[in-house]
Amino acid sequence: MITGQQKPLAEIKEMTQPFHKVLIAGCGTCVTVCFAGGEKEVGILAAELRMARQLEGQPLEIVERTVQRQCEWEYVDPLQPEIEGVEAVVSLACGIGVQALAQRFPNARVLPGVNTSFLGLPEKPGLFTERCAACGNCILHLTGGICPIARCSKSLLNGPCGGSAEGHCEIDKEVDCAWQLIYDRLKALGQLDLMAEIIPAKDWSTNRDGGPRKIVREDLMLDIPEEGRFG
Amino acid sequence: MSDASYTPTILALACQHRGYAAADLAGSMHLQYPASVRVIRLPCSGKADVLYLLRAFEEGADAVFVAGCKKGMCHYLEGNYNAERRVKYAKKLLDEIGLGGERLEMFFFDAADGPLFAQAVREMAERAQRLGPNPLGRPGPRQDVQEESQ
Repeated sequence: MITGQQKPLAEIKEMTQPFHKVLIAGCGTCVTVCFAGGEKEVGILAAELRMARQLEGQPLEIVERTVQRQCEWEYVDPLQPEIEGVEAVVSLACGIGVQALAQRFPNARVLPGVNTSFLGLPEKPGLFTERCAACGNCILHLTGGICPIARCSKSLLNGPCGGSAEGHCEIDKEVDCAWQLIYDRLKALGQLDLMAEIIPAKDWSTNRDGGPRKIVREDLMLDIPEEGRFG
Repeated sequence: MSDASYTPTILALACQHRGYAAADLAGSMHLQYPASVRVIRLPCSGKADVLYLLRAFEEGADAVFVAGCKKGMCHYLEGNYNAERRVKYAKKLLDEIGLGGERLEMFFFDAADGPLFAQAVREMAERAQRLGPNPLGRPGPRQDVQEESQ
């Protein structure tokens, strides 16, 4: 899932300072799971902002609304009446949701209320850790199901490096050495021979290095070719 | 606070197993404590959501406290620990808002702690007196709440 953290109240307050009526738009998917922008967080932020603005003598009217997903048009479109009735929208979705609102409602002022962090999982309640770097070229079958791109500080393909000590990374003793984890797992699986194989230099063109990415699936497209149209 | 007419409104969110029992006992023992406390019974202090705490202040409470079971004695094992973490988080939010986290507190009680409950109410009343009335005032019922209740 996509993880994120709500921006500090002071930052959101500053962004919304010029406005008198805003919509706080939550998202019911990833940011709900990481407690950054779901229905409850919308309610808490709305209460915080209302009180903070009231104390400054500049009351702020807030509309609260959470949709299932802010990254799909079919869930975003029903927000139109609310968005037309406010001066700005604070989106508590990830950056994708914020951009979806901005694209779908070109006249709306859309403000980000969440700092999108990484692709990860809720390891235990209150702890979210990065698992995938969305590099576009998965090699998890070679590394025991542990991603060296996302979890090794240097994204080494042939680790570990000299900074690995007692299972930890040299950048921080709290950080596990991904290559130690890979070694331990491959050993448990009886696949240590994979450690001896050199993984060649990665083709980073599938990553951000190749510019903004897109996936094109013509089989899923609903456009009817010109020759197929009636009349 | 010099305003003699100011009587702080204190909200107590009390766990039904011990916090509420302690409040009940304080009454049975005829203990004296400020009468402006409103006690709401919760099934467990772990039900005290951050949103409840913020809404209480938004609705004009001068001080709020959560009355949970003594540590290690929660009827649901860990609800009071969850409540303690949420109160701590909500105190931080209240500081950021500008209301001050000092208006909120967590207390732990046994069912026989009537005197301690009375003491907690007195302590929160003293704090509310020192900090003055909730600067948000006492707004009327919220429009959306009125609509929901109709």
